[in-house]
Amino acid sequence: MNADVVIVGGGLMGSSAALHLAMRGQRVIVMEKDSPGRHASGVNAGGLRQLNRHPAEIPLAAAAARLWRDIQSLVDSDCDVKLSGQVRVAENEADMRLLEERAAQVRALGYEHEIIIDREQLYRLVPRLAPHCVGALYTRDDGFARPFHALTAFRHKAESLGVQYRTGSRVHEVARQGEDWQVVTDRGCVSAPVLVNCSGAWSQALCSMLGEPVTVNTGAPMMMVTERLPHFLDPVVGAASRKLSFKQMQNGTVLIGGAHLANYDMKSETTAIDFIKLSESARSAVELFPHVRDAHIVRTWAGLEAFTPDHLPVISPGSCATGVFHAFGFSAHGFQLSPIVGLILSELIIDGKSELPIGPFSIKRFLDETATGCA
Amino acid sequence: MNAPRELVIIGAGPAGMAAASTAAGLGVDTLVLDQQPAPGGQIFRGIGQAGPAHLELLGSDYQAGTERVASFVHSSADYQPDTAVWSLGADGELGILQRGEARMISARRVVIAGGAMERPIPFPGWTLPGVMNAGGAQVLMKSSRLVPLDGVVIAGSGPLLILLAWQYMRAGVAVQAVLELAPRKNLWRAGLRLPAALRAGHYLTRGLGYLLALRRAGIRVTYGVSDLKAVGNDRLEAVTFRTGGREQSLETGNLLVHFGLVPGIQLTEAAGCRHQWNDGQQCWRPQTDAWGNSSVDGIAVVGDGAAIGGAVAAVHAGCLAGLEAARALEHIDAAERDRLAVNDRQWLQNDLRIRPFLESLHRLPETLLSGTADDTLVCRCEEITAGEVRAAVRAGHRDPNQVKFITRCGMGPCQGRQCGQAVANIVAAACDRPVSEVVPFRVRPPLRPVSIGELSMLESGNNTA
Repeated sequence: MNADVVIVGGGLMGSSAALHLAMRGQRVIVMEKDSPGRHASGVNAGGLRQLNRHPAEIPLAAAAARLWRDIQSLVDSDCDVKLSGQVRVAENEADMRLLEERAAQVRALGYEHEIIIDREQLYRLVPRLAPHCVGALYTRDDGFARPFHALTAFRHKAESLGVQYRTGSRVHEVARQGEDWQVVTDRGCVSAPVLVNCSGAWSQALCSMLGEPVTVNTGAPMMMVTERLPHFLDPVVGAASRKLSFKQMQNGTVLIGGAHLANYDMKSETTAIDFIKLSESARSAVELFPHVRDAHIVRTWAGLEAFTPDHLPVISPGSCATGVFHAFGFSAHGFQLSPIVGLILSELIIDGKSELPIGPFSIKRFLDETATGCA
Repeated sequence: MNAPRELVIIGAGPAGMAAASTAAGLGVDTLVLDQQPAPGGQIFRGIGQAGPAHLELLGSDYQAGTERVASFVHSSADYQPDTAVWSLGADGELGILQRGEARMISARRVVIAGGAMERPIPFPGWTLPGVMNAGGAQVLMKSSRLVPLDGVVIAGSGPLLILLAWQYMRAGVAVQAVLELAPRKNLWRAGLRLPAALRAGHYLTRGLGYLLALRRAGIRVTYGVSDLKAVGNDRLEAVTFRTGGREQSLETGNLLVHFGLVPGIQLTEAAGCRHQWNDGQQCWRPQTDAWGNSSVDGIAVVGDGAAIGGAVAAVHAGCLAGLEAARALEHIDAAERDRLAVNDRQWLQNDLRIRPFLESLHRLPETLLSGTADDTLVCRCEEITAGEVRAAVRAGHRDPNQVKFITRCGMGPCQGRQCGQAVANIVAAACDRPVSEVVPFRVRPPLRPVSIGELSMLESGNNTA
């Protein structure tokens, strides 16, 4: 036995789990096939969002929001967090009705963070927004952070508590060896009684090795960033009937995402931007913020991410064998949850249960959908 | 999307023009896209407008362009100037921008002839106004007849230093000094390669001719210079350097620097072509075969964008790529291609004999490549110093892309073109690894500036005007 826990995947979820486990005295080794944050964790849009989440995710998102608000005390870095709110704008009355229904639904669940704002409040909040919008759904204490900085902060804090990162270590095989899991990589083996799968877009491979009956799809959401513009926007802007995430970073650059997917190749682990699809995000950006029309795009990119069939993450013990835990399949909305997911995993591993309602994220929900059970 | 073009050639310099003339001459439907308003590339910039006196001043290498451009213009290739190529996929899909209109077009075959860029070397004071690249200055002279009116110091390494000094001298510019920063010990290594170079001896005689003319005019060429610094408050006031163990200073308002050329690999990187480290040229280059084919099927790369070989070699390599395109597109068979290629293959081989000599002579010392002082800016877009890059490495970010993520070095509007090589060298040295083993900045399109508005109007189709 080399450690108490071996985590596969050194991204945000793996690093958060490593940190929370180390804070409770566990010896942790993180196996990372590239360098931490090489894919989705390093290059995602960095949105801190409780707004408009699936009802099952709301308790986790709210708990995570409390951690993000005081992230400095958790990871000794502010992760460049800016809690300037998120708005989801209604561009017509039909949009507005949808948003009002949503706000009522969230209130009925006992949460107050998503509020309806009228046209006047919206334009006070987002003065450069195109004039046709009628109102919005708004969460005041949402915002954004810089993902790679957050990941690095989690990693450095975890390392300071004794977590070992083995980078460039791709897992080829996992096998039971007595009470332990033996993890074989191209740079040697480690073994530990607990194995945690935080391997993002590569989760399917590990699930297959473990016999877990789940199908993980890969997707690579595309992003683009502009040159620096004079400050014009504080909250993150989305829209009720568009795929869009639009924010101005602290340095003035504008980050535009919209969950349009790039082409990708899992063999070379590379992505190729589909500019025809990405032009839809540009169109949305120009229609909502006409004054950014002439801003130059400096970069476009996409990160490989795992999508589950129901677009809800898996945060759960394994369904087949003991000593296995999963956190993957965040389906392009995991950044907000990352601090709480690590905490949940540490509770599951050490206490055998979590205080948070994680039933909907059990890997067992996929059992019925596949003919094959555990291997 | 409309039917793909048979062949799209990117760049209308010597290699692109030759590839186009050759392929079009064999009946290939050929589209040439070039960023400049007129054909000729950087080497023959402005040649269409050059009168006899200007041609005479710039010398015989430049004059050779007249004929090259004429034969290209008379070919049946569809030539579209003022066109930026901002993306290229492995499938032959190109993003282009013409007159503010962005569109995607597709090609069955692509020949990249995008040329080289001047190797950026950060040194103390390099961002001061008054310091610029010598190649850029030469382009200004060719295209707009712009020359520095007060004195100029030319520094760096490479044949361009001497050529530019000679051209300036003839244009009446006061060349205060030419400072060659390659170490003196290079002479020994280069000496070993001299016999082979003599077989392309016309380059040597021409170079010696320039040197002799400079000496007759009393223009100082200093070898074995080190510790180059540009000094000044708001702009360049003086250049300091060491030679023969002594610190020297020259007051000047103009410093033109040049540290050789490196292939522009943004397009080949974007298309996913395999690259390799070229130790002789101290840079990455796309891997190619004898016909210019890259590792990606259907994408070839020729000229200085494949490896630095100069304009004459680029013409022959361009012809070979044109023949190969005609074969791949089934206008000629392999036997016909081989028959037509005989002369160009021989001439290309002969012309390249000068290269090992020049590469040894002008090989840059590690102090210039990875020894950048901690307080010197590496990335001028995001204002990141060499010290910040090294600090990121010490914090565990042991490859250029992680350094980029954490520092924003290379994330500015130039997209890492200027700092990419320096960062790779500095990171490699800080990790005690050869630079050939580090992964350079990954390329992120658009490779040329495209606005949100232009992208929002993106069209798909080949019906270019």
